[in-house]
Amino acid sequence: MAPTQHTVRSYDTELEQIDRHILAMGGLVEAQLRGAMEALVEGDREMAQRVIESDTRIDEHEREVDELVTRVIALRQPMAEDLRRVKTGLKVAANLERMGDLAANIAKRSLVIDTPHQVPQREALRRLGNAVYGMTTDVLNAYRDGDAALAQRVWRQDESIDEMYNAIFLAILADMIADPRVISPGTHIHFVAKNIERIGDHATNIAEMVTYMILGSLPERERPKGSSVQGAEEQS
Amino acid sequence: MNEATSHAGSVSVQHAHDVTGMPTKVHAREVTVHYGEKQALFGVSMDIPANSVTAFIGPSGCGKSTFLRCINRMNDTIDICSVGGRITIDEQDIYDPSLDVVQLRARVGMVFQKPNPFPKSIYDNIAYGPRIHGLVRSKSDLDGIVESSLKRAGLWKEVSDRLSEPATGMSGGQQQRLCIARAIAVSPEIILMDEPCSALDPISTAHIEELIDELRENFTIIIVTHNLQQAARVSQMTGFFHLGKLIEYADTGDVFQNPQHSMTEDYITGRFG
Repeated sequence: MAPTQHTVRSYDTELEQIDRHILAMGGLVEAQLRGAMEALVEGDREMAQRVIESDTRIDEHEREVDELVTRVIALRQPMAEDLRRVKTGLKVAANLERMGDLAANIAKRSLVIDTPHQVPQREALRRLGNAVYGMTTDVLNAYRDGDAALAQRVWRQDESIDEMYNAIFLAILADMIADPRVISPGTHIHFVAKNIERIGDHATNIAEMVTYMILGSLPERERPKGSSVQGAEEQS
Repeated sequence: MNEATSHAGSVSVQHAHDVTGMPTKVHAREVTVHYGEKQALFGVSMDIPANSVTAFIGPSGCGKSTFLRCINRMNDTIDICSVGGRITIDEQDIYDPSLDVVQLRARVGMVFQKPNPFPKSIYDNIAYGPRIHGLVRSKSDLDGIVESSLKRAGLWKEVSDRLSEPATGMSGGQQQRLCIARAIAVSPEIILMDEPCSALDPISTAHIEELIDELRENFTIIIVTHNLQQAARVSQMTGFFHLGKLIEYADTGDVFQNPQHSMTEDYITGRFG
């Protein structure tokens, strides 16, 4: 995404390597999120297992990014746009790693729920999952293409994710009150909804950093928070 | 684009005062320099804050040293050189014909790229300025100035027992600190430094940088450097020059994290030309 090349070309190669690892991580996180949702909503236990096992690949990429960024800082003393780029790379990788963990946790919970077709709020969860998947894809594209406008669109989307999560929380609560047998799956599903919402938060963090990387400043106004519900306030 | 870079691409005025909280020491407006037919500086305007370190960066031939040398009228020594525009120090026009240039250079000291001690003793190097400017009445006054200047330059402990030895026997880093001590011996207000560390090893460079940071408490320091990390480390304000123009002039942290001009960006990230 750099406008022109460095006089020392091996510097560009190193920065591109960092980008490649981050985009590979991003691709894995997308697949993990999609797989975890499928495992949950369709009751695909094999898929759940695959998602749980694949998490280590994301961790490996994160370690690579860590090493490459440390090396570039030590050997190249990046400045201005380059400095913002490696700093963003480091933070984006850390956020992606957390997103992968949360997806793996969704897969693990899907294994605990015996009757996937009785997952409370199944359709609403699917919609929340799709929305967060879309944010993840968009923010990775914004990173790859240096598209600040797209990053800021993702950043603004977080509000609707919060609202969807709050609605699911209330609905699950109502389901549990109505039928105590829903309490056990309902509790897991609540954690799943929270995990998806957290993945959306990480995508929003990445959107902020991508904006900073490109423009040199964070998005302008305070990010709007979705209306909170008693007992389900934003925890971060 | 901020106001520093918006004016026809040739003028940069920024209120350095707002950044450093210090009053303006050197005020330059529309400064031009010609060497014969060739124009070396094109309308440079900037306010340099007192008790701060201001760094000038830019590729070779960009005019940064030329501008530096306008501030103590060093360019006067070049016959074909003519300076236009206006430079004031504490609101006094330094190109006023009635101004005594020798007095000006006592107020505005200079340290050069290569350490240039006189082929005299360490003591005499420091004592030279106070003697010719008549700043001392007695030997003990002079001893006091020599000692305090060497102390301020962080050199006293290393040389206090060999003040009568020739300065040329010192290491390069010590010689440069001696030249800084010589510059401050006449109690200047401003110290100009033209690539003061380019001939020094990293340890000596660190000593000089530490010294620069200490000296800004009492002096206004303007430094020209090709070492961008050095500019980033020692200065509060940074000016980027290119082809005789001041392209960007702002808080050093801003220049190195988020420069406003693409030419500055390309230069400091190593993408130039």
